[in-house]
Amino acid sequence: MTKIVLRGRKVVGGCAEGEALVTKDRISGWGGIDPRSGTVIETRHELRGISFAGKVLVFPGAKGSSGWSSQFHVARLAGKAPIAMVFNEMTTKIALGAVVAHAPSVTDFDQDTLQVIETGDWVKVDGDNGLVEVTKKG
Amino acid sequence: MKLAADEQAMLDGKQGKAKQKAMDLLVRYGEALGAERFVDTNNVCGTVGASTPFLREYSSRHGGMDAVFSEFNLDSAEVVEIPKVSVYSSHLQQGIDPEHAERQGIAVEIVNFHRKGEAYAAGLGLQMLNTCAPYTVGNVPALGEHCAWMESSAVIYINSVLGARTNAEGRESAGCAMLTGKIPYWGYHIDENRLGTHHVELGIEVESTADWGLLGYYIGEVVQDRVPVITGVKHAPDLARLKHFGAAAASSGGVEMYHLVGITPEAPTLEAAFGRKQPVMRFSYGKAERRKAYERANVTAKNPNVDFIMLGCPHYTLEQIGDVCRLLEGKRVHENSELWIFTPRQTKLLADQKGYSKIIADAGAHLMSDTCSALGRVIPKGTKVAAADSAKQSHYLPAIMGIECWFGTTADCVDAALTGRWSGGLE
Repeated sequence: MTKIVLRGRKVVGGCAEGEALVTKDRISGWGGIDPRSGTVIETRHELRGISFAGKVLVFPGAKGSSGWSSQFHVARLAGKAPIAMVFNEMTTKIALGAVVAHAPSVTDFDQDTLQVIETGDWVKVDGDNGLVEVTKKG
Repeated sequence: MKLAADEQAMLDGKQGKAKQKAMDLLVRYGEALGAERFVDTNNVCGTVGASTPFLREYSSRHGGMDAVFSEFNLDSAEVVEIPKVSVYSSHLQQGIDPEHAERQGIAVEIVNFHRKGEAYAAGLGLQMLNTCAPYTVGNVPALGEHCAWMESSAVIYINSVLGARTNAEGRESAGCAMLTGKIPYWGYHIDENRLGTHHVELGIEVESTADWGLLGYYIGEVVQDRVPVITGVKHAPDLARLKHFGAAAASSGGVEMYHLVGITPEAPTLEAAFGRKQPVMRFSYGKAERRKAYERANVTAKNPNVDFIMLGCPHYTLEQIGDVCRLLEGKRVHENSELWIFTPRQTKLLADQKGYSKIIADAGAHLMSDTCSALGRVIPKGTKVAAADSAKQSHYLPAIMGIECWFGTTADCVDAALTGRWSGGLE
């Protein structure tokens, strides 16, 4: 099985591994997800109806309401948050959201994660060292 | 992060447990951002309420509003005693309008809980503005003032129109800033990040508030979280138009700052708007783009029988209420529809004095405050099809409530309220 290691910068420390859920669409927090189920609800989103609970969420970044962090905060308390986050664009929404989700998170990669990681790949996120190890599915 | 002496003292717990927790979260947040230091702020807008069922339940199980503030504002599972805020802090919109609870389908015990929560926040020293548009009711930051505001539509307004400096803060960071007067010095606090990235040339005149909403909705989707610079504006837009434009751009994308060349304070010229930077992209906005934005804003709408018309996203100004009254005066809302108009409670007081509230009531419509349909999940019972003159509301309401929503001009919306049918369209 092919293993790929991506190097980035720590956002939130800690380690977690799991199946990747990848989207090329930015994610809205408030009005974009249902935190009690971890499901994306935005009308024209490619993940609409899909839950990120327990997944390693791989996405370009955050958009929309400033209620981003509080929605991921509630998702964490409801047990429906992503177990780790891997993203490309730093904003206050995503930084605070990752922190309060207590999800090991990495950004600022040496390559585009959205090109490398596919939904279903097994991903190990080492937040402390800014490392993401991808095992391709199949 | 480099901490100043007062920041280190708070982190060390020398000013009590709550401020220690607040500094701890601010440091974790600042490091996540990659910020190097904090900046002082004396203008914070946030939320500390517990209006959703999840938070109400949390409050009753974990020991009341201090427990809610500890977890949802300080990210602390340990319940700490919350002291009074140390800087000028305002409360944003809430989950219900206690004066219209019955019509909003809110049970009495929830209203009682809400009132206790409001008293708690007021007791901490917050100004209970209860609006998404604090800049319309007296909280008007000055040019260059460092703020820590939540509410994406307000953030984009005070950054772009007033030249204040804030990032889109979240519930937790705003809560921590209220207690400490500190926020990471990052993003839009720093000069160079406020410069433009994308150049948008207007090929058509943009007139109504709905039109400005469409422009924002289109631009937000293209530029996402960057800084658009718009040229070719023929008539300087007023507060309501800027409010609808920014709210839309912050919904389809994550725009927190824009420049209208020759109009907004940091863009006297195109050169000033971009500084040394070259635009990463140029695009124009004409008839075709306006049509595309209109279709996107109406993507959920199919059924022309409208049950519910929602106006006041962001909260209406007195002038907007007056515009609606001119369309509504002497007429009646259709028996199959409801018309709810949302405004800050301070503006509602002025509407009462001016006679607007009576015109609205006589027409069978309702002037509400403190919340909105999308935030409070408050719509008339049985609503299947809504209509709004806000691209932001038509973006969020269908996703949150599972209903259809038409988008059009204020006049289209009032017409739908009077006839029960949508006959709006793009001119």
